Amino acid sequence: MANTLDRLADQVRENRIWRSIFRSGTGESNLHRALTVQQNVFLHLFSVKARKRTLEFRATWYLGALTFGTFLILVITGILLMLYYHPSVPQAYADMKDLQFVVSSGVFLRNLHRWSAHAMVFLVFAHMFKVFYRGAYRPPREFNWVIGVVLLLMTLLLSYTGYLLPWDQLAFWAVTVGSNIASAVPVIGAKMRFLMLGGTAVNANALLRFYVLHCVILPFAAVVLIAIHFWRIRKDGGIYPGESPAEGNAK
Amino acid sequence: MPEEPKPAALPDTPEEMSRRQFFVKVGVGSVAVAALGTAAFSYEYLSPNVLYEPSPIVDAGKPDHYPPDSVTLDPATAIYVVRTAEGFFALSAICTHLGCMTAYKPDLGIIACPCHGSKFNKDGVKIAGPAPRPLPWLRMWLSDDGNLMVDRSNAVAIKQLVRV
Repeated sequence: MANTLDRLADQVRENRIWRSIFRSGTGESNLHRALTVQQNVFLHLFSVKARKRTLEFRATWYLGALTFGTFLILVITGILLMLYYHPSVPQAYADMKDLQFVVSSGVFLRNLHRWSAHAMVFLVFAHMFKVFYRGAYRPPREFNWVIGVVLLLMTLLLSYTGYLLPWDQLAFWAVTVGSNIASAVPVIGAKMRFLMLGGTAVNANALLRFYVLHCVILPFAAVVLIAIHFWRIRKDGGIYPGESPAEGNAK
Repeated sequence: MPEEPKPAALPDTPEEMSRRQFFVKVGVGSVAVAALGTAAFSYEYLSPNVLYEPSPIVDAGKPDHYPPDSVTLDPATAIYVVRTAEGFFALSAICTHLGCMTAYKPDLGIIACPCHGSKFNKDGVKIAGPAPRPLPWLRMWLSDDGNLMVDRSNAVAIKQLVRV
């Protein structure tokens, strides 16, 4: 049985269509394994080889990967939520309530989006603490730390812009307070608030601007920065292995 | 002709620019101008020219709607109409700290903000909390048909009462 399946899989992999899609071909050699990663548009961001101890749990606690996992959940649930949400006043609030009480699985998707957002903020901070206390931010990885700080900012901006979208009292007053904090910037503060809200108060324009920022501009920027962040891990010599194999006993 | 003028370069003349350098300068210059123009256009585009926001001028109704010695909040327009023994004045209900709407507490006789705990007296003067300024007095006048009118965009420095 197992042999039949293996033979079948081999037949598929040697098939002309398969070979036209996956150029690297298949085989048991390390070269083939390396080519599988190197010739794939998504996988080529990562190294073809990694030190074994950098893949152990204690090296990273998998916090970066978990953060990316929450980001993927947020993108998928977010796109699904968009199918029932109109960013207009006062329809937005009614749509949010519909998602909770009328749409099948709506409450599940909304809560998944919400809890993943909280989890992502927590995981980003945990990831940064882990990187900081291991000293993994040091050269040659210092620029990837800077990209990470910008990604932290993206995460917080995504949280903040998403906070307005339910258009309830909490959302309205939180963004009123937040936009007034922005207007405390010297000289350009009031103008910044005006551009951010598209008016002088949190209103229909502000809801639409926050929606576009939350669903298009910020996720796009985040995806680009995440790609650079992952690619830089490879370019900077892989995941930081620690100061010695027996980490903690160093020096 | 013994004195032929020398075609040698003058001492202070900068080196001649090559064709390539010239075109690089022209190219970089035009991209810079285009970038500045794009920035200006983007700024203009992002600033709405017409705002479909409620008018700042509020008709607060007839003066006798307000009982003597009262502070009345209209949550829709975020103003207090205060009636004292001497007359009327209008107070903004927007906290000067971070823009939350305050509420009048009749049992304490103060105006309080729910967000960060600022407290004001009936004249808008701050008693406690992080608010940096008193609640502004707004321009108030009587319309021709005897209604109290308030201009929310017009804070007045001199505190004057409208006497009816």
